[in-house]
This record gives sequence, structure tokens and C-alpha cells, in this order.
Amino acid sequence: MTALVIAEHDHGTLKSATLNTVTAAAALGGDVHVLVAGHNAAAAAAAAAQIAGVAKVLHADSAALAEGLAENVAAQVIALASGYSHILFPATAAGKNVAPRVAALLDVAQLSDITKVISADTFERPIYAGNAIATVQSGDATKVVTVRTTGFDPAAATGGSAAVETVAASADSGRSSFVGREVTKSDRPELTAAKIIVSGGRALGSNEKFMEVLTPLADKLGAALGASRAAVDAGYAPNDWQVGQTGKIVAPQLYVACGISGAIQHLAGMKDSKVIVAINKDAEAPIFSVADYGLEADLFTAVPELVNAL
Amino acid sequence: MKVLVPVKRVVDYNVKVRVKSDGTGVDIANVKMSMNPFDEIAVEEAVRLKEKGALGEGGEVIAVSCGVTQCQETLRTAMAIGADRAILVETPADVELQPLAVAKLLKALVDKEGPSLVILGKQAIDDDCNQTGQMLAALTGMPQGTFASKVEVAGDKVNVTREVDGGLETVSLSLPAVVTTDLRLNEPRYVTLPNIMKAKKKPLDIVKPADLGVDVAPRIKTLKVSEPPKRGAGVKVPDVATLVTKLKTEAKVI
Repeated sequence: MTALVIAEHDHGTLKSATLNTVTAAAALGGDVHVLVAGHNAAAAAAAAAQIAGVAKVLHADSAALAEGLAENVAAQVIALASGYSHILFPATAAGKNVAPRVAALLDVAQLSDITKVISADTFERPIYAGNAIATVQSGDATKVVTVRTTGFDPAAATGGSAAVETVAASADSGRSSFVGREVTKSDRPELTAAKIIVSGGRALGSNEKFMEVLTPLADKLGAALGASRAAVDAGYAPNDWQVGQTGKIVAPQLYVACGISGAIQHLAGMKDSKVIVAINKDAEAPIFSVADYGLEADLFTAVPELVNAL
Repeated sequence: MKVLVPVKRVVDYNVKVRVKSDGTGVDIANVKMSMNPFDEIAVEEAVRLKEKGALGEGGEVIAVSCGVTQCQETLRTAMAIGADRAILVETPADVELQPLAVAKLLKALVDKEGPSLVILGKQAIDDDCNQTGQMLAALTGMPQGTFASKVEVAGDKVNVTREVDGGLETVSLSLPAVVTTDLRLNEPRYVTLPNIMKAKKKPLDIVKPADLGVDVAPRIKTLKVSEPPKRGAGVKVPDVATLVTKLKTEAKVI
């Protein structure tokens, strides 16, 4: 029984989600191999070889794999799949894009967003926006799984010494091509990996206010900035800051929700945070039912006060 | 050209579901059902493409749903938004349809109808799988544009701007292609009463999985459904100073 983890990387470095996925793979009990598919990604492959618990790194290098197009990456995984009992992807935008394509090509079901490994064929995963936890068992020969990164601790990034083996890269499908990318620039910690998150909702009122009020607090705490769907839809914050069922799932040490009412869909993305602080002037806001510390106050006075007090 | 839009009937997104006490599932008896929100966006996008003339002469939007008889209501809603006709793949109530089975049913319909574009929602809010579109693309050999926030048909290609971690990316796909919608793709229109009435007259075909030669038996067994762990009750703090003290000394997170 050997598990293959599909690494997420930007060619130079590994994304931290890969480390959490390796932990989930190791919990299955067999050997763990990592596939680094990309173009000029030798540095990422070398980094993968350092991860504690990884037995082997497969490195596929081709221009067709440069931008992570689902058609090409899935073909690459399929070319290697026969040797593996489990194929695991992090449940990131990239992993969710490719994993079901791989599963369908293998004619197996896919398990999404697992939060716990119970045995080699049985897993836990949240359904209905996290309002229920399903224990599911797969009877398929190959288990194709995406791993909710907040459900597993990251594996140590150093301490391993796996061999890196070059594998033949699959050809370009010719059906899709990469056009361009618009990256949100940020000096802050990555939202899904941040220890502290300061998140804002509709109550902020505008993009200017959102940045003016929340940025000093995030700076003070070394936190990432997040947002509710209402704030994103209103244009107060970029799309990829959205925390919730349809945005990012986070579980930081501290989550500070400012002016967020706490709809089911938002709670789905943050209720596994260790400590939740809610600042809201509406005493009835549902966010107070999950908050460890609730402050009933106008965020426009409370947040600056909080910055001063820290 | 034809656009196929699969839609799913799910528990309304405002309903807080309850886990059944025997752990066999969630209780959806007598709960309000609606069209999956992402699928509404998919129907809206298909109809907008048609209205813009992007589908060309004779362009057609076909809504499809797989599931129980009541899915007809969901298909009527899709036709009230503007879909031209609908197909229901009717399955018995005791069969749990999983994404791989739905993808296979849809593949059979794609083979039959020959659409240039299939637009699905990125995920259903009940099983939260986010798989069907990608699986359909794999089975049909089509390229995929998932989590779309912008769709532009240009000749024999479609350009799809996708919401990814860290920003946006744009891919160009050869038609026929599969697109799955993200929240920001569009704002679905409200259906009007005259359009609801008109939708009642639009054709709705019913087929069975056996007619399409697809085995829909579930591949994943649900052993148990349980409540998520409850968070301990929190406290309200009177002021910022107390909050800071508690975070430092009690929670020790700052």
C-alpha cells in the first residue's frame, strides 16, 4: 500500500498545503510518495525530498505542466496511478480542479475535503456547510482523496531524505491553454496558513474603511486579512479573501470577526478556529453563538481601541 | 450551438439542517428545497450567452436534472429563468446519486445532444463535493474551466477567468468544453410570474438511467452521519481592555 501526494508548488517552493496532505497520507500507514509536476521545478522537488516521512519524490518536468492545467496534470497523474492505492491532493483550488478528473478517468469515486483518516478506506468529511460530519467508506481499488488542510497538522518540512526520481512527462492535451494570471499582491501571511486572522464584514461600509480600520489591527497582530461574502460581493475586499463554505476554510489560533453577522456559510469556513473573537454591535448576531469572546460594540471605535491596547 | 446546464435540487441554503438521531443522515423531510445556488448562476450565464447572441442561430439552452420526480420543479425554475427545454433523469428516492454516477448520466446526455458547452455549478451545497463538472469533463474528454468568474465564447474557443487561491487566472479552452460557475460569475435574475407560466408550457422529457445505459449504484458508503463537535459556550466581555487581558492571560493567543 503506497500513497501518492500531488504537491502544490510555485515551482521554486512548496505550498504549505502539501505538508498537511503528507500528514494525511502518512496516517494511511503505507509509504508516501510525492509527485512534483511542473516546469523547471527542481527546487520544489528538492524541497519535497526534505519532508519528513516521504519515501520517494517523482519529478515530472515539461512546459505542458508549467501552469497546472487540469487536462495535463490529470494525464500525468493517470500515467503514474497504477502503482498506488491512494492518490491525495490538498483541497485547494488547484487540487479540487484536478482530483475529480483523475478519479473519473480511473472510474473511481472521489472523496472530497476529508478531515480525518479512520482507516485506509474510511474517512470523515463535513457535509451541509459543516453542519454534519459524514463517515464514508470507499470500495474502490484506488482512493482518490482531497485533504482539508486545516484537518491535519503540517509534516515537518525538513528531516527527510527521499530520493528524487525523474519520470516521463505526459504530453500537452492540446485542448486548453493558459492565458494569464492576476495575483492579489499581499505582504501578509497566506490566509489558509495564518496563525491569526482579522476578518471584516458588510458593516465596514466601504473598501477604504475596510482597509483603514482593519489593516492596523492585522499589522499589530501579524495577521492575515479575511472577509465575509457580503464584504467581498460589495467590493470591500478581494474575492480570494473570502472565508466560508464557498471561499477559504481556515482554522487559525485566533480569528477576529469584525462586523460579521455569522451566516451558516461563513461559520462553515472558520468555526474550527481555536479562539474566536466577535466584535459586533448587534447583540443578536449569530456570530456570538460560536465566539469565545464577544464584544458588543461599534467596530469603528472598538477596533482602533483594540489596536491601541495591544 | 447548444448549452447543457445540469441543475440540482438541494435543501435551501438558508435552512439549518439537523442530523437524524439514528446517525443515518440529515433530516430533509418537510424541509424547503431549492435550486442549488451555483446552478442558478449556471442557468443565468447560459441564458445570458443566448441573449447576447453568443450561441449563434438556433442557439438552445437545455436544463438537466438527475434525481427524484420533484426535480421537475427545479427544471421548471430553470426554464422560467430562460432555459428552452429540460430533461429529467429520474431515479428512485432510495438511490443516493453520487457525483460519478451523475457525471456518467450527463455524459450519456452529452453524447445524445452534442452541446458545445456544459455549464455546471462549482459545487452543490448539500454534499459539498465539487466534483461533477470535472468528472464530466474527464469522461467526455473535454477541457474544463472550473470556478469561473467570467466566460467569453470566441469562435471555437471559450475563455474562462477562474477564481483561484491568490487571485484570478484565465484559460482558453477548445469547444466543446465544461465550465463550472463561481459565485461572482453573475447575479441570477428573479423569475417573473409570466415567465413561470411560460415555463409550464416548455417541453420536459423524462428518461431513466437504464435508458442511458448507466449504473447509478453508489460507490461510496456512508457509514454514519454525526453532529459536528459543539464549541464550548463563550463569554461576552464588557470592554476592549478586558478582551485584551483575556486573550493574553486566559486564551494565550497573543
